[in-house]
Formats: sequence, C-alpha cells, structure tokens
Amino acid sequence: MALERETDDHTGVETTGHEWDGIKELDNPLPRWWLWVWYGTIAFSIAYWVAMPAWPGLHGYTKGLLHKSDRAEVAQQLAALDVQRGAGAAMLRTASLEQIEKDPKLQAYAQQVGQSVFGDNCATCHGIGGTGGKGYPNLRDDVWLWGGKLEDIQYTITHGVRTGADGARMSQMPAFGRDELLKPEQIDDLTEYVVKLSGRPADAGAVARAAPIFATQCSACHGPEGKGNQQVGAPNLTDGEWLYGADRAAIRGQIFAGNGGVMPTWQGRLSPETIKALAVYVHSNAGGQ
Amino acid sequence: MPTLIDNTRPKTQTRTAVSAAARAKGKSQAAGGLYKPRQPIYPKLVHGKWRTIKWAMLIATLAVYYVTPWIRWHRPDGFPQQAALVDFTGRRFYFFDIQLWPQEVYIFTGVLIAAALALFLVTALFGRLWCGYACPQTVWTDLYIVVERLFEGDRNARMRLDAAPWSFDKAWRKIGKHLVWLGIAFGTGGAWIFYFHDAPTLIRTFWIGQAPATAYVSCGLLTATTYIFAGWMREQVCTYMCPWPRIQGAMLDEHSLQVTYLRDRGETRGPHKKGQSWEGRGDCIDCRQCVVVCPMGIDIRDGSQLECINCGLCVDACDEMMVKVGRPTGLIAYDTDHAVASRACGQKSVYKPVRSRTVYYAAALAVVGGLTLWSLVTRPKADLHVIRDRNPIFVRMHDGAVRDGYTLKITNRTFVDRRFQIAFDGVAGARLSQPGGEPGRVSVLVPADQVASVRVFVTAPPAADLAASVPGRFIVRADGAAAEAKTVFLSGAANPQ
Ligand code: SF4
Ligand code: SF4
Repeated sequence: MALERETDDHTGVETTGHEWDGIKELDNPLPRWWLWVWYGTIAFSIAYWVAMPAWPGLHGYTKGLLHKSDRAEVAQQLAALDVQRGAGAAMLRTASLEQIEKDPKLQAYAQQVGQSVFGDNCATCHGIGGTGGKGYPNLRDDVWLWGGKLEDIQYTITHGVRTGADGARMSQMPAFGRDELLKPEQIDDLTEYVVKLSGRPADAGAVARAAPIFATQCSACHGPEGKGNQQVGAPNLTDGEWLYGADRAAIRGQIFAGNGGVMPTWQGRLSPETIKALAVYVHSNAGGQ
Repeated sequence: MPTLIDNTRPKTQTRTAVSAAARAKGKSQAAGGLYKPRQPIYPKLVHGKWRTIKWAMLIATLAVYYVTPWIRWHRPDGFPQQAALVDFTGRRFYFFDIQLWPQEVYIFTGVLIAAALALFLVTALFGRLWCGYACPQTVWTDLYIVVERLFEGDRNARMRLDAAPWSFDKAWRKIGKHLVWLGIAFGTGGAWIFYFHDAPTLIRTFWIGQAPATAYVSCGLLTATTYIFAGWMREQVCTYMCPWPRIQGAMLDEHSLQVTYLRDRGETRGPHKKGQSWEGRGDCIDCRQCVVVCPMGIDIRDGSQLECINCGLCVDACDEMMVKVGRPTGLIAYDTDHAVASRACGQKSVYKPVRSRTVYYAAALAVVGGLTLWSLVTRPKADLHVIRDRNPIFVRMHDGAVRDGYTLKITNRTFVDRRFQIAFDGVAGARLSQPGGEPGRVSVLVPADQVASVRVFVTAPPAADLAASVPGRFIVRADGAAAEAKTVFLSGAANPQ
C-alpha cells in the first residue's frame, strides 16, 4: 500500500502516512540530541573494539590496544593479597602457640584465619560449628580423643589420624565380633559392662561375667577403669560423650566392628602458620584446655 | 480528518482561525523547547538597613564556612587535632569536645530535625528569612554579583555591556569576571574538603597530587555547582529547583512577616514632580527602583510572590526614594497580610507572634532539641554488645556441665586505654572463662576510642537444673566507664542429648 503523506495543517508537519483509527502520526524528526547520542554510541563501540578485547577468533580473541585481561588482574590481586597477608603470616610463623593465644591482637588474627580455614577444610566432617556428628568428634566440648592441649591439636591437624602417613595418630580397636574374637554372648555382656561404666543401670549378672573380659581385652587401651587413654586415642567410656552413639545397640555395634575414623594429614596442604591459626581457633573455641 | 488535541494554545483559538503566520510562530515556539528563556536580571546596587544586615550576614556565613576547618583543637596524641572533622576513614565525627561514632548518627538526625523545626518556626514568625539572608544560594549569588559589579559596573553599565558588540573591553571584563568566579568556586569546593581531612595536611597534599581521589572529585563537583548556580542560574535555582519555597509556603500564614508593598498607601501610583501636591494620590512614585534592585527580577507591588526571597532590598530602595521625595519610609516593608487587611478596614495593625502554629513549632523544637541534647550529654562512655554463639547454641561437657559461648563487643569511647572487667549475672554457680585468659580473671583491654571483641564462655555446673532459656546479663566495668547488656543462657534442657 502506497503511503499517502500529507501535511497536517494544524502543525505544518508532514504525516508518516500511517493511520490508525483516524489517528495519524506526525513525521517529526528525531531530536538532535538523541541522534548525536546515538552517533556517539556508534563511535564509542568502534573505539571499544579497538581498545578492548572484543572479537573471538579460532585461537583466541583480539586483545585490544589496552591489553586488558580480567584474569591477569585477578592474578595480580591475589599476589597483592599474599603480600598483604605476608606480615600476618610472618607473625604467626615466629610466635609460639601460647604467645599467639595470649596476645589479643595475634589471637584475633589467628581466629579470623582459623575460622575461614576451618570453614573451607574441616567443616565438611566436623560441622560448621565444630560440633561434629556420629563418627566425627565434637570439637567444642572438653572431651578429646588425642588430647586437647594446643600442641596436641596442632599435632593432630598436622599429621592426621589413621592416614598411614609417618607420624599420623594411629590406633585400631579390634573388631571383636566381625573377626570372631569374642562370642556374641560375650559381646552382649561387654555391652552391659560399658553401659554400667558410664554410670547407667545395667544387668548385674552380665556385668559380673564381662569384668574379666574387659580386663583382658579392653583395659590395655581404655584403662582398667575405662577412663580412656589419649596416647592411643582410646575414648573415656565413663563420660557422657559417645562418638558412635550412647545406646546399647550403638555400643554393641562398636564392639562388634571396632570403627575408627580417618582424618587427613593437613601438612603439605595447609602451611604451618595456617595450621597454627587453626589450632588456636579450635582450641579457644573448645574453651582452651 | 484527524483530530489533534493541543492544550498548549489558548482555548479561544479555533482551528480555522489559525493563520499561517500563527502556525509558523507556534512551530518556532515549539522548537524553542519546553522552557521559557531566562530573562537576564541586572540587580542594581542599593544601600540601606537591610542591605547592611545582608552584608554582615554574607561576611559572617562565609567566615564560618571558610574558617571552621582551620580551628585547631587539642586532643590526646594520635587523635585529630582539628576542631571540626568528618573522618570517614576513621569513622568518627569530631566537633570540638564532641566525638561521635557512626552508630550515634541519630544525634545528627536529631540536630537535623531540630534545624528543620527551627526553620519552620522562623518562617512562621518572620517569613523566608533563611532565603533572604542565610541560604548559600543567596549568599554566593550576592558574592558573585559583587564581582560582576567590579568588572562590569552597576546595572546600567552591565546592560549596555551585554548589548554592545564584542570588543576588547567587553572581552577582558567578561573573561576577568568568569575567572574570578571560577576562583571563588574553586575556593568554595576547596574549603569543603577540609572538613573531611586534616586541613594543614590536605592543603599540601592537594597540590602535589597526593590527596585522596574523593578530595579532587568533591572539590571539582562543588567548584562546578558553585560556578553554575551562583554565576549562571542564580534566581532560577530558587524559582525552579529548590523545594524550600514550596515547603515554606506551608509554614506561612497571614501573621507571618513578609516583604509587602503597602498597596493602601502606595496607590494610586504615578510619577511625581517636585512641588506637586500629594493630595488624592498614593505615595508610590512609580520609579521602579524596587524592581531594578530585586535579585529575583520581580515587582513586589504585584503582591507577594513565590519568587520573592524576602531579602528586603526593595525595602531599602523604596525607603531611599521616599526620603528623597520627603514622604515617610516604609511604603515597602516587612509586614503581615493580617496587618494590611486590618488597616484596610481602619483597625490598628498588630503583629501576633504567639499563635497556635508558632507554639506548636516551638514546642516540637523544644522537645526534639531537648531530647537530642539530653542524649548527647548522657551518652555512655562505653558500649557493650553481646553476640551469642549460634552454632552450637550450647555445648555439653563430659561431666554434664553446659557451656555457652558469647562474643562481647566492647566500645571504649574515651581517649584512654581501659581494661574492662567482665562479669556475668543470671545463672547461679556459673563460671565465666576466656580462651587464653588467666583463670578467674576475665578482662579485656580496650584501646582508646576503639571496639574490642572478646570471646567468653559461661559454664553452668552439672545438674544445675536450668530452664531451657535463662535470662542473664553481661556487665563490663572499667574505671570511669561501664556498660551492660542483656542476653540469654541456653541450657539445652529442651534438647536432651
Ligand atoms: S528559594 Fe531555596 S535556594 Fe533560593 S534562597 Fe530560598 S532556600 Fe535558598
Ligand atoms: S521583591 Fe523585594 S524582597 Fe522580594 S526578592 Fe525582590 S527585592 Fe527581595
């Protein structure tokens, strides 16, 4: 349809010829400023192609005159961050664990470092608040399998538990049931004995029957009174803390299978000063033994 | 036939009556844009009582603005020695002996509300006093006109110069004027930044390019706005941009003082020759002096107007003429609508400052001002915030004791280091401990003017038989400063392990 342009005699402006229900559109030119802004954006985009990385190619992209690279900038910032952290890291390196914990400034710094490192590396098993879970020790209370002193914690983090690496904490509870070292009835009796140890009511007959078994099989590690031994990571059986559960079924299961968790060796993955900070964080969070 | 609805032209013009010429004119107007072009205003210099007061205000306000950042004030070593300082990096505001923390911003809020109420009150009593005498727009425009007069002469000379073709004389006058204007603008922006940094340091670093970027940006921005607002836009800022005239309109009533042309006395106006009788005519001799001195370019004889900033210059101009022709002064005067109306019906005019409106404003001002002052004077020297550990919310010890962890944030608002002793109150027999701290002594050293954060543990003895949640409070105490804060001790009673 040929558009019929006519001049609107009210304004003296030509119409575009379009008509909608009797309404016609005046063909006013674009505002100058608008047009110039538009030309400006075109000029800008050309300048942008030239100056900045813009066009993809088969083996990369045009680099642009400014050679801007976000990746390089991030690398630079990370390097700068290392320099910035250098001072703090150096302080942690030279100070002893006690010094770190006594000096409020250093302590606060170690806490900050420790908290973020804990979140990244430890929280997966021990929980974000460090309260652990079944099979994963609670790090917030005063019960420690391998010792709760600063040095103990530092050592455990550095070398890990049951990793097989040199220096790693090592111990293995026998699987009395699975390996048929004890008979099922004996395991039942022993379960009653352990329940009794933690101060709960238990079947007296079973306890009496299990006493000699405990003395021969268990007391070497758990101690004659069942108070445990941190040298070998043997838990105290007389307190309220149970790594694999407190009820009879759980205790029986543990005697049967002799579970023991593995904690990674962090040495080599975390720097010594990071491990120090982590130890201070864990230690002070647990009340500082 | 399309119907075009155009509300911009007078209704009486019918389409058929529109001539081609009128159409063309309409078009060119449309092309001229949305706004009426500015009519240049050439205010004439005037002398008199109000002008003198305005000069004094101009000097006083500018002096306050330029001098304040340079006042030194003694504070302990390591603290800024500048009396008035907004320290963004240190997150403090210093004003002589007052030093505010960001969380005390409510005091600013109080001051701002009180200032607004004070403005309400002043406006209800005396009209737009702020606009006429104290507003930066007015003060700087006045200053710029002084410069303009210096280079281009008074009103008539300026009008002639603007009408004249370009010449060397015109060029140097214009260039000189703008250079001085820019100088003043730069000085204005420059002075502003001294409120935010140590002034003697900044004035050095500024010139060698080592001042913070914000200093250059703020200085540049304020230079630009000062130059544009006071040099180019002037009265348009008041008339079109500023919200005050609209807001103040709501504060004014018929008892507010405003610059008023006493119509009853002035009309019928007309030229007057020496020796002519004054019988049967008004005192206004139609000399238009009130119009030519007006910085807003209005004729006050048309009645009170939105544009009028109540500067009183037309009062001075008119008084001068009245003295010359031997009539009493005060034909244009600060007066109230009510007084004008009373006189019109032969009653005595009274100025009534005490009205319900002013009483309310004054009362509100007293309350807000009082509260602000009270909270400023009584603000504590120390602050305590307690953040409970949330993960875990409690820890059960091997013997059944329950321990909760807290982070205490202790603010020391004084200028000396203080050691705060920490105590917990609420759980019988509970033990307070601090990781790494000496047993039995739970305290923390908070450096002067800083916040220290410290972790503490509260351990309830085994078998304490506590409710799930026990209210308690922490108390921190040092010589001369103490604070406390409520919290709860969660015993885990509802969550048997
Ligand atoms: S109208 Fe606004 S800008 Fe103008 S003098 Fe009053 S407050 Fe100032
Ligand atoms: S009319 Fe008078 S008081 Fe109002 S702005 Fe003009 S000179 Fe000032």
